[in-house]
Amino acid sequence: MGALKSTPAPIEHHDLSEKTGFSLRQIRVLHKRFKQLSDGDDVLRREDFLGISSLKYNPIRKEIIEAFFNRRNFSPSCEGRANEIDFEEFLVVMSHFKPPCSKMTDEQRKNIRREKLKFIFNMHDSDGDGLITLEDYRHLVEELLSRSGALGKETSRAIADAAMFEVARTVGHRDPDEFYEGITFEHFLKLLSNFDIESRMNIRFLKTDVIPGCRLG
Amino acid sequence: MFSRMAPRGRSGLGRSLAELGLLLLAILVLLDGTVLSLEAATSSEIDTHEGKPGTHKNTSKKSFPVLGIKYDDVSVPFEISLWVLLASLMKLGFHLIPRLSNVVPESCLLISVGLLVGGILKLARDEVPPVLSDRIFFLCLLPPIILDAGYFLPIRPFVENIGTILMFAVVGTLWNAFFVGGLIYAVCQIAQDKYSEIDLSNIGILPCLLFGSIISAVDPVAVLAVFEEIHINELLHILVFGESLLNDAVTVVLYHLFEEFMESGSVSAVDAILGLVSFLIVALGGVLVGAFYGILAAFTSRFTSHTRVIEPLFVFLYSYMAYLSAEVFHLSGIMSLIACGAVMRPYVEANISHKSHTTIKYFLKMWSSVSETLIFIFLGVATVEGEHHWNWVFLTSTVVLCLVARVIGVVGLTYIINKFRIVKLTTKDQFIIAYGGLRGAIAFSLGFILHSEHKKIFLTAIITVIFFTVFVQGMTIKPLVELLAVKKKHEAKRSINEEIHTRFLDHLLTGIEDICGHYGHHHWKNKLNRFNKKYVKKILIAGDRSKEPQLIAFYHKLEMKNAIQMVESGGGSKLNSTFPSTVSMQNIQPKIHSPPSARPSERALPQLTKGREEEIRQILRTNLQKTRQRLQSYNRHTLVVDPDEEGFDDLILKKRRMMELDWKLKQMTNYLTVPRSQGSPTMSRARMASDSQAYVKPGAENVPTIKIDLASPQSPDSVRLLDEVVQDQGLTMSLPSSSSRAYKTSGKDDGRDQQKLLRCLSDPGPDVDDDEDYDDDEPVPT
Repeated sequence: MGALKSTPAPIEHHDLSEKTGFSLRQIRVLHKRFKQLSDGDDVLRREDFLGISSLKYNPIRKEIIEAFFNRRNFSPSCEGRANEIDFEEFLVVMSHFKPPCSKMTDEQRKNIRREKLKFIFNMHDSDGDGLITLEDYRHLVEELLSRSGALGKETSRAIADAAMFEVARTVGHRDPDEFYEGITFEHFLKLLSNFDIESRMNIRFLKTDVIPGCRLG
Repeated sequence: MFSRMAPRGRSGLGRSLAELGLLLLAILVLLDGTVLSLEAATSSEIDTHEGKPGTHKNTSKKSFPVLGIKYDDVSVPFEISLWVLLASLMKLGFHLIPRLSNVVPESCLLISVGLLVGGILKLARDEVPPVLSDRIFFLCLLPPIILDAGYFLPIRPFVENIGTILMFAVVGTLWNAFFVGGLIYAVCQIAQDKYSEIDLSNIGILPCLLFGSIISAVDPVAVLAVFEEIHINELLHILVFGESLLNDAVTVVLYHLFEEFMESGSVSAVDAILGLVSFLIVALGGVLVGAFYGILAAFTSRFTSHTRVIEPLFVFLYSYMAYLSAEVFHLSGIMSLIACGAVMRPYVEANISHKSHTTIKYFLKMWSSVSETLIFIFLGVATVEGEHHWNWVFLTSTVVLCLVARVIGVVGLTYIINKFRIVKLTTKDQFIIAYGGLRGAIAFSLGFILHSEHKKIFLTAIITVIFFTVFVQGMTIKPLVELLAVKKKHEAKRSINEEIHTRFLDHLLTGIEDICGHYGHHHWKNKLNRFNKKYVKKILIAGDRSKEPQLIAFYHKLEMKNAIQMVESGGGSKLNSTFPSTVSMQNIQPKIHSPPSARPSERALPQLTKGREEEIRQILRTNLQKTRQRLQSYNRHTLVVDPDEEGFDDLILKKRRMMELDWKLKQMTNYLTVPRSQGSPTMSRARMASDSQAYVKPGAENVPTIKIDLASPQSPDSVRLLDEVVQDQGLTMSLPSSSSRAYKTSGKDDGRDQQKLLRCLSDPGPDVDDDEDYDDDEPVPT
């Protein structure tokens, strides 16, 4: 985006507002935060995130930060990782956490659900091949339990394995000759079909009630 | 034994009628007994001490009385026991007729029985002694129900919806009270019913407001009784139920307020402000008292590792003390009880043994069930007993006004609330919330202790409203729920994946909030959790469990339950039937780690046993889900659908197959690619071979072992089996490449395991042979 360090042109914000569905006021607030994090730069880097103090207690800090730099979260067709992101990309990632609109058709609800689950899927799938392998899952559980000290190591393994079993079974009967390489996105959707993600994965602060329709990002 | 377990629905009509006939006979006998006893009791009450006509003492000289009747000494306990017995038999009786209990909710049936009993008693003699005194109600009958509700309150949905619940409880009740009170006053002034013996216009505004405040509170007992049977979704349940619990504070304050005003005769603005302050004190004070006792209880439970038998007693005593202490200071006893139960539960559960947990659960359910039954029966009896002043104008207008007030209140409040909610409340939801506003025995008792001159007419009106809500609304809510296709309770198969993702989401959202720089409620919740973990848990939870994160605790709990279940029900039985797939760990391994060429040979050898192994794991998983479902809901009826108790028929079969499987595994020294979970304390805990044996793994650091205990709890062979497994270098795992990491152990782990093991095994319950409590549990009918 532009190299201006002072108040950016409203036109850009309007464009962003169109694209991501946030209101102008929210974009202004987020932009301020963006500038604060990036020390006035136009791009954010990983180190900038590490500077957030309250993030340091978070066991999945690394994954969260990675999620911001994962190109697949910017748009479905991109691949790979970025090393720095600009404001638009920052906003796109944030838009995954919008609370749902009050009136939504089933189709829209399903799409939003897919979107949010894809975000989480991308976070789990560290190598970006579209599959969550056992190693990924183990790593995930270890991270989640990493704050509990040495207690967690073996149990976390057991938990991750148990979870993978469950996936394998939920997804359907497998032929013994086949390998189950990992969880694909479709399996992931099926696995969390009872999980109420569209109403849980949101930050109230990012509520958009200004836009009449629902943006699908 | 088998016949007892036979499902009720299968009995033929003739058989059920015969049973019912027998039951009725028993009841009649009991009633006669009651009548006799009451007669004897009252006659001995009426008589003074001096001039006893001597029903039981003969003044004339007589030989030594071989047989005599001395009823007075045992009269009170005798009567109490008779009533409780009657209540329980009634409950039993209803479920013999499944068709009836499907149509009519239990509360209606119980009130009818109460009416019947009251009628019979009244016919037998003209006076029926007041059996439902308010002291009995508030001190003995109400606390168990509330404690049951509070202890098993699902904290997460409750806290997530706390804003909505508080709005309904406080603002809704206030609205109801003033609306009904005010309009009833207006009606009284306007209506001049020539046929009525009471001059309605005598009733002042304050008594009317007092009446309004009594009648406006949604009753937790009635709500529980009716909602339990309709199984609506968790959100609606927690909204209505939470409201019924929290509006107690409002009711208490309003009641005392208006009573004071009636005494003093005048109201001023200062009084109104004091009323508001008093409300805050009552509500918050109640919660604080409850929390205080809850923390005490949690702290006490930290030290009970050597006296496991009295652990449940502490829970009950502290809770009851919390209730009584709150009542002493005119604080809200209900809120105190709820706070106590909710606060102490996570810590107490981490400290007490599994058996104590079961005991607490069963005792609470039992007491609350009996209490509820008694309350409804007494309600019926008291209806017959009391003097009624029928004034149709007053009665009908009360009922109508209550309904209207409720509907307007709910709709209005929802409109405001929906602006703040993410998941909005739909019209259907609103209808159910409005329709579910049942009044019950609390209103009746409060009316009973009124000192007003208009007590009788108020009482009649209260009873009318209660009857109307319980009968009409209670009976029709189930078909309405079906008709409107309200979302039912999700038969949730909470899986480990969902649990993992719940935790994951919590952290993710907290992280995003931090990145936004926004201190939302995730941020504060996270802070609270960290505070809890760092300080509170260390103080209140004994030993190492204080460090256990929630995910692990969840996993352990379920693993243990399932291991026990599997052991009990013989998981081997399902081997050939339900799960034809043989998903194995090997299949899940990443491709790179096993070259395809090696695959066939690897799997050729242990094919059968590995498959069985996996199927056992699968069974574990299914049971995991079922148990999680059981843990989530807290109503009285899910308790009885106990996975432990189903399918008793093939229990024996399963056990036999289990033994078979034991034996097969014993022979094995091949390799299975099941991950070892060396440090899994749950699995160790699952070896609850007996209560008093503390089975300690002998130096198993370097020996990878399968952690599933297939032993039945009874057989002494089980202990020996595992010994052998351990000594033989048991069942080795071959985890390609990641195995090196897997073998890392820490001595600390073992020590912790041992401690955990000892903790759960140190419960000096009944000795080894007596352990079959899981089998003996009767499925109580739903």
